[in-house]
Amino acid sequence: MAHSAKYIPPTKDAEKLRIVMVGHVDHGKSTLVGRLLYDTKSLPDSKYVEIEKASKKRGEVVEWSYLLDSFQAERDQAITIDTTQIFFSTEKRDFVIIDAPGHTEFLRNMISGTAQADAAFLVVDAEEGLQEQTRRHAYLLGLMGVSQIGVIVNKIDKCGYDKARFDILYNEIVSFLRDIDIRPMSIIPVSARNGDNILSASEKLEWYRGKTLLEVLHDFTPYQTPTSQSLRFPVQDVYRVEEKRVFVGRIESGFLRRGDTLLFSPTNELARVESIEVWPKGDKQAVTAQAGLSIGITLDKPIFVERGHVASHEDNPPMLSNVFRAHIFWLSDTSLKVGDTFRLHINTAQYPVTVQSIENVIKTEDLSKDENTKQVSKNEVSYITLRTRNAIPLDQYTENKNTGRIVLYSKGRVCGGGTVSMEGYVDQRSRNQPKSEHITKVAHLLSYTKRAERNGYTGGVFWFTGLSGAGKSTLAMLVEQALFKKGYQTYVLDGDNVRHGLNSDLGFSPKDRAENIRRVGEVSALMADAGVVCITAFISPYRADRHNAREVRPDRFHEIYIKASLDVCESRDPKGLYKKARKGEISQFTGIDSPYEAPDNPELTVDTESGNIEECVEQIAQYIIQNIEYSGQSLENMAEKDNLRVL
Amino acid sequence: MPDRYLDKLEAETIYILREAYNNVSPLGMLWSMGKDSNALLWMIKKAFFGKVPFPLIQLETGMELPEVYQFRDKLVNEWGLELDVHDCPPEGDMDKSLPPATRSAMRKTEGLKSLLGNDGYKGIIAGIRRDEQSMRAKERVFSPRSIDGDWDFKNQPAEIWDHYMSEVPEGAHLRIHPILGWTEIDIWRYTQRENIPVVPLYFAKNGKRYRSLGEKNITFPVDSDATTIEDIIKELETTKTLERAGRAMDSESENSFELLRTRGYM
Ligand SMILES: Nc1nc2c(ncn2[C@@H]2O[C@H](COP(=O)(O)OP(=O)(O)OP(=O)(O)O)[C@@H](O)[C@H]2O)c(=O)[nH]1
Ligand SMILES: [Mg+2]
Repeated sequence: MAHSAKYIPPTKDAEKLRIVMVGHVDHGKSTLVGRLLYDTKSLPDSKYVEIEKASKKRGEVVEWSYLLDSFQAERDQAITIDTTQIFFSTEKRDFVIIDAPGHTEFLRNMISGTAQADAAFLVVDAEEGLQEQTRRHAYLLGLMGVSQIGVIVNKIDKCGYDKARFDILYNEIVSFLRDIDIRPMSIIPVSARNGDNILSASEKLEWYRGKTLLEVLHDFTPYQTPTSQSLRFPVQDVYRVEEKRVFVGRIESGFLRRGDTLLFSPTNELARVESIEVWPKGDKQAVTAQAGLSIGITLDKPIFVERGHVASHEDNPPMLSNVFRAHIFWLSDTSLKVGDTFRLHINTAQYPVTVQSIENVIKTEDLSKDENTKQVSKNEVSYITLRTRNAIPLDQYTENKNTGRIVLYSKGRVCGGGTVSMEGYVDQRSRNQPKSEHITKVAHLLSYTKRAERNGYTGGVFWFTGLSGAGKSTLAMLVEQALFKKGYQTYVLDGDNVRHGLNSDLGFSPKDRAENIRRVGEVSALMADAGVVCITAFISPYRADRHNAREVRPDRFHEIYIKASLDVCESRDPKGLYKKARKGEISQFTGIDSPYEAPDNPELTVDTESGNIEECVEQIAQYIIQNIEYSGQSLENMAEKDNLRVL
Repeated sequence: MPDRYLDKLEAETIYILREAYNNVSPLGMLWSMGKDSNALLWMIKKAFFGKVPFPLIQLETGMELPEVYQFRDKLVNEWGLELDVHDCPPEGDMDKSLPPATRSAMRKTEGLKSLLGNDGYKGIIAGIRRDEQSMRAKERVFSPRSIDGDWDFKNQPAEIWDHYMSEVPEGAHLRIHPILGWTEIDIWRYTQRENIPVVPLYFAKNGKRYRSLGEKNITFPVDSDATTIEDIIKELETTKTLERAGRAMDSESENSFELLRTRGYM
């Protein structure tokens, strides 16, 4: 049954080069691929007969695109709906051609295809020239990091093989691509239908001196695993194999050796690689493993490591940050807005993430930037700022392609994706606490998890800050009521009621204010531990005090900025305090003779000047519910299960 | 090394398997005893250090070739596999409007449906490849299916880099395809390199061999003199017949395979 013949490796380079065909609808991508397969004699005999038959049925001679467009609906409408991957080879190497659809409706399929590609052909109809999707696709190639690009000016037969037409297009293409930092390897006039310039130079295009499509195909180089970059080993899972804890995953860049000391992020734990585990066990023990391989390792110390943690060497770790910029494409029918929460997929980790701001939306037609937009709509590209609860390990896309890209999910479906940029943000690693005492940490998490499991949601601190009269107390009480009606245990700690009891010994000097906030921070954190959704309504004017409150339980603390200008607050003056302060009857009144430091990076901003009360309540309640949602997969839960899958 | 590319393919498959095992439960794998599912099974053992940590399922029609059953029993024994043999409903129960071979192939689809209904699987691993058939060329690695197994191919979700879908939609299951990117020749090179057992029917006898194994009433051997894996690889480097040429249901009508697949066929 088993065969003992000696293994003979392939003679040519069998690494497949993956090329995506992109461009505007109907510009001839599928036809071109069909023709290429036919000309290189890659088609099985029966396939040609099948295509001929299907073409005749629809009254056409030979419609090459049917080779790719295999769905009935695609053939009937003469349009590609979903990406197809076709294998073919030349004498030099093997290829995978990814035929993407050009219709806007199917951009998600074009992106799915591009995500797999090492190189691309951008197909442009010679008659129609650069169209909306040509530009958008080109932009997306850049965004998604496909840098080897050939441009095909197709259907040159329809322009009578005219050099003048080609030259005009050539200049347009070069100038557009230059603006998005793309340098095409070649721009080739082609007729897919007639097979000109595909395998060999066409006589009808004798004025063209450049390469044929096949030559450019051979110029592309396949993906090189980044073995020379810094080590990134995102942990995919932890298995118990016999008595060993084996950490499995794929090395995304660099390499590791047995005996190396690894730094795990974000925990900052250190441990040494004791062994590299392989099955079946060979005669020799594995000593190194490099980028591209799926491996398993054991460590010399029982540190807390779980899926999503990233191992690196000590000297070149990823950055840690809870806020970063992303250059994204958006695919969902529902527009992206500030304050929206998504599930961020990065490396093997998933985190809830909130849109903190939208910097701009880029119109790919003319590359103009809209900086005043409130939303990113389907198929648009944009720069946004995202915020996670805690600092997460990150690499800039420009530093590491594999670990610097993200996908955003909502309700289990992809809604967008893109690349990470840390421009303007600092590495927070230095600010991180010293190496954690993971044992006490895990012990803490246990009870928290149990409560969350019973309640179906987690406790948390939702810290309202804002001027007197901005609406903190009013909103806090209404939100409390709204959540209570939905079945959540909530409690509001309000400035006035706390000052009458717990903090009756404190005044309004900066020192007393700080102590006031410190106590409230501690109490609210305890309430969150107990499983309560705790809302605090304090002016809390100093950034440093709020920061200290956050530090008590950073993973459960949410800063919510209740925003209204001093003028508006003063005109509202519900308790007549501003009037008194102006008259000098009260001193150290925030906004009048004591400063208010607005938050830099609040998790949520609620504008009470423009929004009506119900809308504000709804906005806050929704944000809270999203953030206390308990999924059985949370970190705490993993910790409780000892974080292991027993094989 | 020219065969480094097999290491990369293997690493990709192992990555997908570990993603599936982490995110989807309960999970099962369909084992057809063919070359692809054997190679996949081998990689499962590599991914999980010699174990198969989820059930292996065989959709039983009683119509496999006798050599296939012999091979199954032998491997179950040698590799210590736990196999769940699930009976498929009889051909008489299938939609009469389908062409005959397609109808016959529908039995496995119906068998899978009843399995999903009974055992509540959320994820089913299948060893299909894109190069086998033009409909499969449009597949995703993680592909959501309705509870009936229907494939809504016009509305497939995006799949970007390897950030695969990790939540199974309500009332649905995921088909997981860890060797989608392999070709027939890759599978043979890997089978040879790793010394993975295969059913002897793949090797030529009297000028004929099976390139693809299916039920005996709807699968036929093709002309070939390949008696070893090297021969098979050489044959594949030049052949111009389709791998599934011997599978009657693929070509009964222009859309017969589309009909099968949209109704839940592997
Ligand atoms: N005259 C001429 N017609 C062509 C050529 N290439 C493609 N066509 C025709 O252009 C039409 C569209 O071709 P497709 O290959 O389906 O276009 P596509 O870019 O794949 O379209 P989508 O995938 O739907 O975006 C078909 O009718 C082709 O026959 C060419 O070189 N010359
Ligand atoms: Mg097309």
